[in-house]
Amino acid sequence: MKKVIEGSHAVAEAVRLCAPKVIAAYPITPQTHIVERLSKMVADGELDSEFLCVESEHSAMSACIGAQATGVRTYTATASQGLILMHEMLHVASGMRLPIVMNVANRSVSSPLSIWNDWLDAMAVRNSGWVQLFVESSQEALDTTIQAYKIAETIHLPVMVCIDGFYLSHTYEPVDIPDTVAGYLGDYKPKVVLDPKNPITQGMMAGPKAFQEFKEQQHRALLSAKDVIKNENSEFNKKFSRIYGDGLVETYNMESADYAIISMGSVCGTIKHILDEKKISDIGLIRIKTYRPFPNKEIIDLTKNLKALGVLEKDISFGIGGALWADVKTFVDKPVSNFIGGLGGRDIQIEDIVKIFETIRKEEENIHWVGSQLKK
Amino acid sequence: MDKKFNEGAWAEPGTSVKNKTGSWRTFKPIVTDRCVGCGTCTKFCPEGAIKIVEKNGKKKAEINYDYCKGCLICLKECPFKAIEKEVEK
Amino acid sequence: MKKLLSFGTRSCAGCPASLAVRRILEAVGDNVIVVNGTSCLEVTTTQYPLSSWNVPYIHTAFECTGAVASGVESALKKMGKDTHVVAIAGDGGTFDIGLQSLSGMIDRGHNVLYICYDNECYANTGLQRSSATPYGAATTTSPPGKFSIGNKTFKKPIVQMLAAQKVPYVATASLAYPDDLERKVKKALTIKGPKFIHILAPCPISWRFDSSETIRVARLAVETGMWILCEIENGKIKINVTPSERKPVKDYLSLQGRFKHLKDEDIKKIQEKVDDDWKAYKKY
Repeated sequence: MKKVIEGSHAVAEAVRLCAPKVIAAYPITPQTHIVERLSKMVADGELDSEFLCVESEHSAMSACIGAQATGVRTYTATASQGLILMHEMLHVASGMRLPIVMNVANRSVSSPLSIWNDWLDAMAVRNSGWVQLFVESSQEALDTTIQAYKIAETIHLPVMVCIDGFYLSHTYEPVDIPDTVAGYLGDYKPKVVLDPKNPITQGMMAGPKAFQEFKEQQHRALLSAKDVIKNENSEFNKKFSRIYGDGLVETYNMESADYAIISMGSVCGTIKHILDEKKISDIGLIRIKTYRPFPNKEIIDLTKNLKALGVLEKDISFGIGGALWADVKTFVDKPVSNFIGGLGGRDIQIEDIVKIFETIRKEEENIHWVGSQLKK
Repeated sequence: MDKKFNEGAWAEPGTSVKNKTGSWRTFKPIVTDRCVGCGTCTKFCPEGAIKIVEKNGKKKAEINYDYCKGCLICLKECPFKAIEKEVEK
Repeated sequence: MKKLLSFGTRSCAGCPASLAVRRILEAVGDNVIVVNGTSCLEVTTTQYPLSSWNVPYIHTAFECTGAVASGVESALKKMGKDTHVVAIAGDGGTFDIGLQSLSGMIDRGHNVLYICYDNECYANTGLQRSSATPYGAATTTSPPGKFSIGNKTFKKPIVQMLAAQKVPYVATASLAYPDDLERKVKKALTIKGPKFIHILAPCPISWRFDSSETIRVARLAVETGMWILCEIENGKIKINVTPSERKPVKDYLSLQGRFKHLKDEDIKKIQEKVDDDWKAYKKY
């Protein structure tokens, strides 16, 4: 069914279709519309779920962990301060190999306080052992949230689907909502659960002789997610006729490109628009959809014949540069300039991107703060 | 699938019985014939290492020395002062 | 009969936490899921790959016992299972860092029995002060000295706080009264909604007494009136043990090394507080 709806509500529809039995959520701008819509669905009987209004984001993730470990599908959503407050439990969820799915409505992180969009929240937790997926549109947000449950339950790791706060969460786009996900996503069938009939112990302490192997297992599982994500991208396409690159990355205008701009999320829509409007042929876009696990092979492949790259990102890893830039630089042996912009919800304008293209063509490697008002 | 490392670090129940904590003792509690099998000590043993058994029609406390840590709560709490201690050899 | 907490825990000799769990599980039976916060209990019973638990058990982190128990209970509700949910945490994980999630669990009315075993300090990390540490007690972060009496505050009144939040059943218990403890656990499980049982757990290491004295200390706490055995059901309080003549608090304090630095005026202050508390409870 096609509808013009808010991005948050598109995500809520995806969650409804996947039918989690326990939803635990704490409100934080700009995630609120997701959980408000879900609570209305539960109240009206459209969604058969326990909706827990928990007392903090830390408790939201804790309750999801408890419920998932008992044997049911769960869901939560958060942003910004909330994601960071539950950071401890993100590690626990991943370490305990629980396939929890969460949407993050990317928002900046205090201090100073900002309610507006950037990726500082998701980047701060990139080492927590979660799959991190970034989407460009409301349709992709809906589709990816459904795929997230399949991915998570295959690799036994939690998945977060990141949607740009306000840009995606609060704007209206036409969205095709599937009638059902039956045939694509079945019931949750866990093997290791809390059950008096088979009383296992979960969440143990592990000494130096045992601990490291669990982390190695998590790392291997996260790497194995790459093939699973690609597979789900094409399986979803078979059922619903929508596909997003190969699931890990999407390319645009790369056919005769000498240079590429690498970015994620909704700003890629703006980039695509400029590439079309200005009929640019020497620069293409590599949109990273799967940030963790990092698609290093794809990036190496796509950039091997290019002269230089630019990474445009809405975050900063203080003391080194942009987090995405640092990850790309790990694998690419070419000049990669870093463009830090859009922090705290500042608009990235068409002129900014045109300037970025010009700078990429210089084939240098510097860090540029887009539209900075500070003296050099 | 590595059986030694259950992904997520979960364990089968009751596997700590491999840990023979009886080796921790400095003092060993000994149940004497004054014991009438009232069961008070079974309620206070932190290890659950005492049970009441029946031998020749008489009830008596029996200590599981594989796991008794020698805290001597049983000695202190016995209403009949029926438990004594000796130094563990 | 299968032991629900097996042999081989790594707890200290004379540990009240182990003893409390054995009595609790005796009363609950095996149709239970235990939710445990980080604590002595957790680290002494779950060293991978050896577990002492013969019931399903989950530990996650320190401050979220109430929240995890809420999630477990909600899942069981949706699965249509009538398994009991028993949450167990220490005083640190209940009074301090765990208070928020406990309060949330109560507020939402989850059908969970929450049991706090109280050794009046952060025993697991080296016996530091918590808000359950009594007045004058020496701990590793409230040591007595030239400028300090030890812990400067009286215990947080958790029982009154939770009774004020209208927990349907709040009770205190002592390991020296095991039948009373088991009765309270069984009773709590017949009541729907959140329940709280507060067990005094005298720790030989932290309180500094011989491991054989754990029960004697637990008994003296009640006999001196420092620990009031009571139940509060829907706002109505019932005191289970009223000593006909309360022994002087000095009898209780003198058994424990953590109080040996106290002067007569300090002990007098503690005695007065106990006397006042009893007057207040009688009025309640």
